[in-house]
Amino acid sequence: MRCLMGLALCVSLLSANGALAKGTGLIFISNEKSSTITVLDATDQVVKTMETCARPRGMHFSQDREAFYVACADDSLIAIYDVASQELLGRIINVAQPETFDLHPNGRHLYISNEEDATATLFDLETGEQLAEFETGEEPEGVQITADGRLVFVASEAANLVHVIDTETQDVIKDILVDTRPRRFALTPDEKELWVSAELAGIVDIIDVATLSITGDVAFLPAGFRKEQITPVDLLITKDGARAYVALGRANHVAVVDVRQRKVLDYILVGKRAWGLALTDDGTKLYVANGLSDDVSIIDTATLKVVTSVPVGLVPYGILIDDH
Amino acid sequence: MTIRLACLFVLLTVLSGPAFAAERETFDFAYLMRDGDLAYARHRAYTGLSLRDRQRPLEGARLGVRDSKAIGRALGFRFGLREENLSEDASSLERIEILAAEGIRVFLLDLPLAEVTELARAVANRDLLLFNIRHPDDGLRGTDCAPVLFHTLPSQAMRMDALAQFLLKKNWRDVLILEGTGAADKTLSTVFQAAARKFGLDVTGVRPFVLSNDPRQRDQTNLPILTSGVDYDVVFLADSVGEVGRYLPYNTKDPRPVVGSEGLVPDTWHWTWERYGAPQLNQRFDKRAGRRMTSEDWAAWAAIKVVVEAISRTKSGDASALRAFLRGDALTFDTYKGLAGSFRPWDNQLRQPILLHTHNAVVARAPLEGFLHQTNTLDSLGIDKSESACVMP
Repeated sequence: MRCLMGLALCVSLLSANGALAKGTGLIFISNEKSSTITVLDATDQVVKTMETCARPRGMHFSQDREAFYVACADDSLIAIYDVASQELLGRIINVAQPETFDLHPNGRHLYISNEEDATATLFDLETGEQLAEFETGEEPEGVQITADGRLVFVASEAANLVHVIDTETQDVIKDILVDTRPRRFALTPDEKELWVSAELAGIVDIIDVATLSITGDVAFLPAGFRKEQITPVDLLITKDGARAYVALGRANHVAVVDVRQRKVLDYILVGKRAWGLALTDDGTKLYVANGLSDDVSIIDTATLKVVTSVPVGLVPYGILIDDH
Repeated sequence: MTIRLACLFVLLTVLSGPAFAAERETFDFAYLMRDGDLAYARHRAYTGLSLRDRQRPLEGARLGVRDSKAIGRALGFRFGLREENLSEDASSLERIEILAAEGIRVFLLDLPLAEVTELARAVANRDLLLFNIRHPDDGLRGTDCAPVLFHTLPSQAMRMDALAQFLLKKNWRDVLILEGTGAADKTLSTVFQAAARKFGLDVTGVRPFVLSNDPRQRDQTNLPILTSGVDYDVVFLADSVGEVGRYLPYNTKDPRPVVGSEGLVPDTWHWTWERYGAPQLNQRFDKRAGRRMTSEDWAAWAAIKVVVEAISRTKSGDASALRAFLRGDALTFDTYKGLAGSFRPWDNQLRQPILLHTHNAVVARAPLEGFLHQTNTLDSLGIDKSESACVMP
């Protein structure tokens, strides 16, 4: 029944989506320590700093991209804002300390990591109800759903595990042991490979999605750094599946990786403790949230150089770009 | 329900992960403590104030086991904690033998120093792992070391080196030392003086103080007098009791900061530490224990977690395999302090950063930037291989 409703909603949302033009061009940055969201326009000027709920971190667009969701850990809620006006549309409450989340392709189900609770939860956006809870290791963080909506991956930082949830049976079907302190995910466009950053190991583990086992990794070492200074967190893979960008945390660099060869092509110097990443739809600009220098570095992906950096709020975390 | 099960069954056969084996092996840790242990007696200062009450780090061990639930599920182990409370006259060695006969291999020792030393000697070469979670004494890592004994709490030398690095970095090179009359204060002062020599600080004076109002001993009781007639950038205080030391800040003759037992304290852990995932660990601890996480709590938690890490990497619960892994160079233990921990094979001390904190903030983390070491920057803190008095077989 739930599934059928979800499907109906999905169809209606898809048709709505088709009618939409390009986005507003706005860029949203959540600042976890100042509990604000910085809004940049398409020219990277700060146009607004809005108060939001306490300790905002993970963000995601709605299926139709007319709204966006913000997870606020210290208020245990998910706030929903209108993209164009940035007005508060609603709140999903009683979400225990959410960190990040992903939206199921049905447009209705949010899978959320609940950092303090060692759980992942499933919330219904329509009713605001919690539909399921999954036991994870301590400090669950990254959440990634496959495009077909069949599998949800959740990384547990303190347990060195990637949990695999089957959305059909609503069970954790596997715990994959990975390297120390797994944080975030990126899927290759063909969804054959799941990349997961292992922060303390200083590498990215590559999981084969078909067998749910590790098949390789990519290590990082910018010139002049020691292994223990390399702490990768956020990562993303370009739409063509050619390149990956990995934010190296304390190493203050972003690594550029050839995905097929699993080889580092370059390192780009950014601000302090680079975590959050976002790429424009056309892939020409990469935004990097620097948590300990309270700014965002903006990289031209053609030259692999930082074009500018923009001061934002305290401890910037997540970035959303409304450009498609 | 049947459909769900069938579905799950199909998936399991496809994936065939060991994680979902029906039977899980029990792996219990033992926590040894003793009734009437004086270290946990109420420590009252005058007028009913309680300044330095110590808490048993049992809650740290409990959290370590709790934090290992999910990884246990993946590894096919069910981790548990045996909380063994010894009566005042019971033998801890006998208790270890009884538990070892039941198959328990890992023991967290919340016992007095002399007893830890004796125990480690008695079972020195057995297939067991003992964890010192309470004593920073360098002797336990030196002449009294044992292959069976691991230390998750940092040594006194590591803490004092951390402080010396900080003072050097600030260019506060001239240090006046005030030391209490107790043996612990003398030791602390000696270890700090060694750290001062190692990092090139100048000790401009070492002055004993006493807790008294006797006017005949004014030169040793009056803080402004104790801190006058000498040049110093900073005062190092060795005062394990705390009754004199707490009045030292703002009572020095010259306007100088206080470090050591008061003021800026080098330590294992602090409840305000806010980097590298620490807020999560602190909040998790606070939620379960109803109090702030202490350094000893951290050491107990780390003892459990580091063994679980060894189990997950060796896929074994065998004590000799675990010990070999812990002493090897493949361990990257998440200390929540930003640098991965590993054990020094020369004395079984867990390498880890040291936090320099005031009463409500972590001011710096050592090793400080610029202090290098030929193999691991963490070895710029504490006793290095060539200096170690420990002889491992």
